[in-house]
Amino acid sequence: MAVHYRKERLDRGIKARSEDIFALSSYREMLYLLLPRALPVIALLSLPVLKGIVGLYWEKVLVITCAIALLAVSWDLLASIGLVCLGQALFFGAGAYLAGFLNHSLGLPPFLTIPFGALGGAVFSTLLLLPVLRLRGIYFAIVTLTLPLLLARFIETTKILGGTEGLSALSPLPNIWFELYIPVLALLVCLFGFRRLINEDYGLVLQGIRDNDRAVMSSAINIYRFKAQAVFMAGVAGAFAGAFMTHYYQFVGMPAFALDYSVLPLTCAVLGGVGTFAGPTVGAFILVPLSEVLRAFGTLRVVFYSAILIICIVGLPEGVFPFLQRKYHQFERVVKVE
Amino acid sequence: MIASMVVYGLVNSVILALIAMGFSLTFGISGVANFAYGGFYLLSGYLTWMLLKYLEFPLALAILVTVFAVGFLGFITYWVILLRVRGIVLSEVIATFALGVGMLEFFRWKGFVTYEFTLPSFIKGGVEIAGVPLDYQRLFIIGIGLALVLFLYFFTHHTRIGLSFRGIAQNERTAISLGIESDWTAALSLAFGSGMAAMAAIVILPLGIISINVGYDVLLIAVAVGIIGGLESVPGILTGSLILGYAQVITGMYLSPEWMMVVYLLAIVLVLAIKPSGLFGKFKELEERV
Repeated sequence: MAVHYRKERLDRGIKARSEDIFALSSYREMLYLLLPRALPVIALLSLPVLKGIVGLYWEKVLVITCAIALLAVSWDLLASIGLVCLGQALFFGAGAYLAGFLNHSLGLPPFLTIPFGALGGAVFSTLLLLPVLRLRGIYFAIVTLTLPLLLARFIETTKILGGTEGLSALSPLPNIWFELYIPVLALLVCLFGFRRLINEDYGLVLQGIRDNDRAVMSSAINIYRFKAQAVFMAGVAGAFAGAFMTHYYQFVGMPAFALDYSVLPLTCAVLGGVGTFAGPTVGAFILVPLSEVLRAFGTLRVVFYSAILIICIVGLPEGVFPFLQRKYHQFERVVKVE
Repeated sequence: MIASMVVYGLVNSVILALIAMGFSLTFGISGVANFAYGGFYLLSGYLTWMLLKYLEFPLALAILVTVFAVGFLGFITYWVILLRVRGIVLSEVIATFALGVGMLEFFRWKGFVTYEFTLPSFIKGGVEIAGVPLDYQRLFIIGIGLALVLFLYFFTHHTRIGLSFRGIAQNERTAISLGIESDWTAALSLAFGSGMAAMAAIVILPLGIISINVGYDVLLIAVAVGIIGGLESVPGILTGSLILGYAQVITGMYLSPEWMMVVYLLAIVLVLAIKPSGLFGKFKELEERV
């Protein structure tokens, strides 16, 4: 008879010690908990300072990565309430155009247009999505997929907001430190804010709506209210990215509603691991620099994202971050099947 | 004016119905996601074009080869991609959506965007109906569209395969217990849906040039028609496309052609707000959507 083996996974001792009992007894245990959280934050915060070493080109990539990561994190917030959004470009575009309009027509400085763009863009997209919040699953996905495309058409047709030419010569951000630190800080705030939020009672309701919305309804909770609030919060993150990038590029145009801003965050989230917030961020920090390297291929990059998306969905459904998390917390060994 | 509105509204409606049918057969009737629909649609256009141009096939043979090849590709797609995520609806949607986007953007990268990409119409010339000039191609579209609607109705109500398509969507376990092989049925449904996309593409594309954005529009149209009429119902598809088709033509005449795409969004939002299951949809669909 052939001897069969199987893999067994066990929690590391240090995980069991430091997880539930909050009497940490050694520096080792404290570091075990602290390092995975603190290291990325320190790395993110120190990257802008190192601009002399990494070069301005890669600092630009950092800014774009943070913007995409913001969109991906906001996608993840929507996904954790069960709303799968195939059109993050809606939030991005709304924020971008609002900030651009405020700056172009009213001459407001970036310090006003970015917050107004973020909040106003979020309000606008929430109002737009309000009638379809009753939908769930794929039907919501379909509507969100079409909305940014339609808005782009609308702008093209009515020639408002600069039409196909867009609005250019917007005011730049005052200096390079703002350019680099605003997106990094915004990403950190969103990442840790959303993580905290989803672990609160409030987040429990959100996850309840994802898992079984009827049960939540039967507890006399108005799920549409919660859905609208979640869309607004996700919208603020997405629209902020849009408003910031408007001033970063000093230009806003129809590419703000382009499919890239919908597909790329989605790919990041699926690659990194849905539902963890850190996952989509990790995904963004893998994908965006990679796509910069592949810039020479032009539109073939979207094909490349699609391929990654399919491979991840089919072959690595849990995502990179949960995989790393598992390796960190658990060890594996081969045991004989009796 | 009125006569041309009636005639072109009908043509437009039948075009919408043709586009929506394959999608509805796969996604509505058998419950298998096929968001690569736009990709399959354009692929058929380019495949026919290449067969005609490079291999110099006669038109009829090129059409036959394209329909079968694209249908077979749909069949393969099920076994390679969809089988592994079957049952996780959102993964199905994202995987097929990615496949479609990948195909479309690949064509864009290969440079299939210039004016030389047109398909020949079957018969040149035209007739005049009630003072409205109408070319034979459009007449042909009406004929083939109505024939396909009838075929689809008959197919899903009176043949073994068609009934099993509806069976796996209604209750997969019961279907299995009655001897319906659900994987084969789903794969066949994807093959039929893709084949219908190919047919629609070959009939409709001669009216204009083949462009990449058509691929995205096709998906939008299919979804809009499905949502309005009720995804799983053949009369619903017909009604949905009639409503949308005429609404579009009227907007195009009285406002401007650019507003025609906005009609879709308005129609989707209105129908979802008033009767979320669509005009002909059943309660089960309502439960899935809202």
